[in-house]
Amino acid sequence: MRYNIEILRRQSPEAENYTENIIYDTDDVGETVANMLRTINSAEKILNNDGKVIEPISYEHSCMQKKCGACAMVINKRPMLACDAFLNNVQINGHIRLEPLKKFPVVRDLIVDRSIMMENLKAVRIWAKQENITLDEETVHISYEAATCLQCGCCLEVCPNFVSGDDFVGAAGFVPAGRLLTQMTVDDRQELADSYKKHVYKTCAKSLACNDICPAGIDIEHVLSASNAVAIWNRLRNR
Amino acid sequence: MRVNVIGAGLAGLSATRTLVKNNMKVNLISYQTSERAQSVLAEGGINAAMDVSGESDSYEYHYKDTLKSGCDIANEQAVKNFAKASPDILRELVAIGVPFNSKNGQIVQRYFGGQEKKRTAYAKSSTGKEIMTALIDSVRQYEVEGTVNRLSHHEFVSVKMDISCKGVYVRDTFTKKTEYYEGPVIFATGGLSGLLPGVTTGSTMNTGNAAAELFSKGVVFSNLEMVQYHPTTMSIVGKRLLVSEAARGEGGRLYIKTKSGEIKYYMEEKYPKLGNLMPRDVVARESYLVVHDDNNEPIVYLDMRHLSKEIWKNRLSDLREEIMHYKGTDPAKTPIQVEPGIHYFMGGIDVDVNHKSNIEGIYAAGECCSQYHGANRLGGNSTMGALYGGRVAALSVVADFGEKCKKQEYAMKKTDSEIKDGERIPESIEHTPVITENAKGIFMESMGIIREGDSIQKGINRLRELQQDKRCNEMDIKRLRLMMAMLESAFYRKESRGAHYRTDYPKRNDESYKGLVKSKCDKVGKITISI
Repeated sequence: MRYNIEILRRQSPEAENYTENIIYDTDDVGETVANMLRTINSAEKILNNDGKVIEPISYEHSCMQKKCGACAMVINKRPMLACDAFLNNVQINGHIRLEPLKKFPVVRDLIVDRSIMMENLKAVRIWAKQENITLDEETVHISYEAATCLQCGCCLEVCPNFVSGDDFVGAAGFVPAGRLLTQMTVDDRQELADSYKKHVYKTCAKSLACNDICPAGIDIEHVLSASNAVAIWNRLRNR
Repeated sequence: MRVNVIGAGLAGLSATRTLVKNNMKVNLISYQTSERAQSVLAEGGINAAMDVSGESDSYEYHYKDTLKSGCDIANEQAVKNFAKASPDILRELVAIGVPFNSKNGQIVQRYFGGQEKKRTAYAKSSTGKEIMTALIDSVRQYEVEGTVNRLSHHEFVSVKMDISCKGVYVRDTFTKKTEYYEGPVIFATGGLSGLLPGVTTGSTMNTGNAAAELFSKGVVFSNLEMVQYHPTTMSIVGKRLLVSEAARGEGGRLYIKTKSGEIKYYMEEKYPKLGNLMPRDVVARESYLVVHDDNNEPIVYLDMRHLSKEIWKNRLSDLREEIMHYKGTDPAKTPIQVEPGIHYFMGGIDVDVNHKSNIEGIYAAGECCSQYHGANRLGGNSTMGALYGGRVAALSVVADFGEKCKKQEYAMKKTDSEIKDGERIPESIEHTPVITENAKGIFMESMGIIREGDSIQKGINRLRELQQDKRCNEMDIKRLRLMMAMLESAFYRKESRGAHYRTDYPKRNDESYKGLVKSKCDKVGKITISI
């Protein structure tokens, strides 16, 4: 099948956006956007639709099996992992448009600077200083699920409430907090619970758009309610 | 002065934690953030003799199993230290909140290949990801207090060296500017899968360029012929998908159909004791042999239909979802087609028991170094090996540079325009995809599960020709050199041992080859191989 790939490109943060069209032929039903970009880039000469030789397309990638979150981008208007986007499923009349995530500054082409996500995790103070957690079968499934967060940024892209630099940190900030809140003791978690109140509980408008978009399939609503139960109401886990 | 840790996966994070706990400051440098590290792909588990299954396990058994599966060429003292320290490391992971599968507050462990006792702790089938998340969180507090200077989106370019290593050049991939950081360097850059893109289970972020650069700088490598083919992988676009050893640990059975329609559980028939859980080198080789037997249909199946609902739900849920997603097959209902695929490199930077390389100031841990696994790695030992190796490398740096690092000014950062002391600023050069593709083809033809002297020699000759290709840039030349060392090591080892099986020398020969084959590259690119 022939696909018309339209890519929103930019050479540097300061440069202008432009659109590049590339024809891509494949019959492999398992072909993903991530692998397609790699195939395009590995050609000796990369040609666009006008037959012009172009520079390789910059994008981030690593695991190619939706376990690392590197290749998040906007594909036909939906934020998703490029390694999870089968061409067959995402195309509309053979057309696929690729854009960088919009809530982060563009570095080059499809690469964005997601460092605000790391800064937010610091702001929420997500760590266990005492290092004395014990295994608890009652809550361990919540920690397990919360720990699968990829820090890809798709949830922030669809969140009507998240603005880079604001107090609210979005699901990518509060899901990891849930991992520790549900495991730490009352005394040890106080600092985290306090910052959780400020950065999540008081600021999340609960549109839960994140719940539907998460490529890791995390039940974000569940993690959120468990975190609230612990951090705000001291329930679920009293010890 | 800070210690430079290159790579932020299991080994890099473990080294960082250890350094900070010993009052050292760290530059934690990685190409992408830790969430993207290959370590998150580790599935089945992590080994430590916790003795929680009533099988009288102890570190001595872990030590013996590791050494034996590695066919007795790993550093005995290093393996002993590793096995001894493993239970404590596992307890430390629990303390930072890794949600291991447990019962009554106690870790449960599963069977894994090459071990007669249940010694593999796990968090369903996403053990690596779960450990990584907890480690990333634990390092964050040090980033906030400033003891760890995290430099994500920075790639390793080169080391500054005279007779010892003075520091490291890295490039900010966002700004494309080169920076220099003085101080000792711990490499935790992962394996060599980047030399063979598309045919391994590894991360595509790995290029192998750090290893290629170090090899060309005179860092000694060892054990390069020992490449692990994991017996159960599946082909997906752009890479190989790992089917975790946990699938067999929980009861999955390998079989092949004969042309007359008979089903043969070939591992169980030939190895009644460990069956499907023989060490990976053995299972991969047997799978290769049954597929190439004219009496059989050439497809190996892994049958997991009989596994209980409880196992699928609580222990292998992620694996099932992944296979269904990428292959459209439900392994709980249909046997899946599996093939051996390149999964791990036992060889790498040659380090001593303290994880020091031959160059003062250069240390290595994790898959980028050659330690613990000998001729064949046990499943569950890579995660623990990376964590323990990172710790040991860090402690060596503390012993060697502790006082010096504390006395001197911190963070010697220079950018392109400021690096002026007459040196040539090393450039970051991207390798040429078409050269890498050609080299990969040569490698796959001569360095398979079953090898033979003549075909390895042919591969060496073809690599020599490729080195003359006008399209080769400086980085391509370095990468080809490292690959050449892999082939030459395989040619040098005229015996069969572990992952290295040669039809022209099918027997193990302890008299001549009980040791690691070492490779060294001199200043003009000449490679010397020795044992």
